[in-house]
Amino acid sequence: MTREDIIKPENLVYRRTPVLTDNVMHYCPGCGHGVIHRIIAEVVEEMGIQENTIAIAPVGCSVLAYNYFEIDCIEAAHGRAPALATAIKRLYPEHFVFSYQGDGDLAAIGTGETIHTCNRGENITMIFVNNGIYGMTGGQMAPTTLSGMKTATSPFGRDTEIMGNPLNITELIAKLPGAYYVTRQAVYTPALARKCKKAIRQAFENQKLKKGVSFVEVVSNCNSGWKLAPVKANEWLEENMLKYYPLGDLKVPEGK
Amino acid sequence: MAFRGTLVIDIERCKGCAVCTTGCPNKCIALSKMVNKKGYNYLEMINEEACIGCANCAVICPDGVLTVYRVKI
Repeated sequence: MTREDIIKPENLVYRRTPVLTDNVMHYCPGCGHGVIHRIIAEVVEEMGIQENTIAIAPVGCSVLAYNYFEIDCIEAAHGRAPALATAIKRLYPEHFVFSYQGDGDLAAIGTGETIHTCNRGENITMIFVNNGIYGMTGGQMAPTTLSGMKTATSPFGRDTEIMGNPLNITELIAKLPGAYYVTRQAVYTPALARKCKKAIRQAFENQKLKKGVSFVEVVSNCNSGWKLAPVKANEWLEENMLKYYPLGDLKVPEGK
Repeated sequence: MAFRGTLVIDIERCKGCAVCTTGCPNKCIALSKMVNKKGYNYLEMINEEACIGCANCAVICPDGVLTVYRVKI
């Protein structure tokens, strides 16, 4: 059987979703943002909600997310994506609204907005990409940086006595009554990426129920910031990040 | 039931991160020695007969480089 016999429209099993634009993403080679963007776009495509979905882009590496999604996007001020998402969801309650933020945006400058949005139980989906570092500005220490982890501003490793402890904000949010569904996923293997897609699908479906915030943390890599090759960075993630940020559901709706 | 698959690789979009090669169960993809216009060693199929069209590579590709086709044999 030749290659030409296999490449036919009826045999297609996977293609780049049309909910992503044709622009080449500016992310570094191997960055998890690309996979997470694609998973969100696939979920939007499968649910058939491209016309009434609104995305809120953050400040950070994914600041240009609106160039890649073929859906309506708004770029929020640093850390204010959940506040903007709240406003949009209240004005357009039938639209699907999601915020997409990194750890510097959601867990540092935007902690107040994050916690209060989750506490109010706004009916939105929040995607939190946690790579333990400020990637865009050159690899500085973030609140989620692991203890002992070397970054540009902690060159001898994070000393928790001086610099404080890593912030596990997802566990904090799981305790809030307004959070309906809280989960932590990863995308560095095919099985985990497929599982993450199911979780994000669930988070979007929950908006129909109007029960509160659906929060999905994705533990991701930053190979430029961590100064590792992409495959090595994924191995490092598995060995170190997952110890402090274990994968799994932190809060699931009752009866599920 | 056996499957035969194949990939269409958008080499100009590929950034040569090699994350997909870790997901391939039959080791049928690898980075080329050649580079694309941006200077990245792009992905190529090294063992086309072994591909079963599982789409694992495409599922973890950050840049949407891969299109996967599969037939039953």
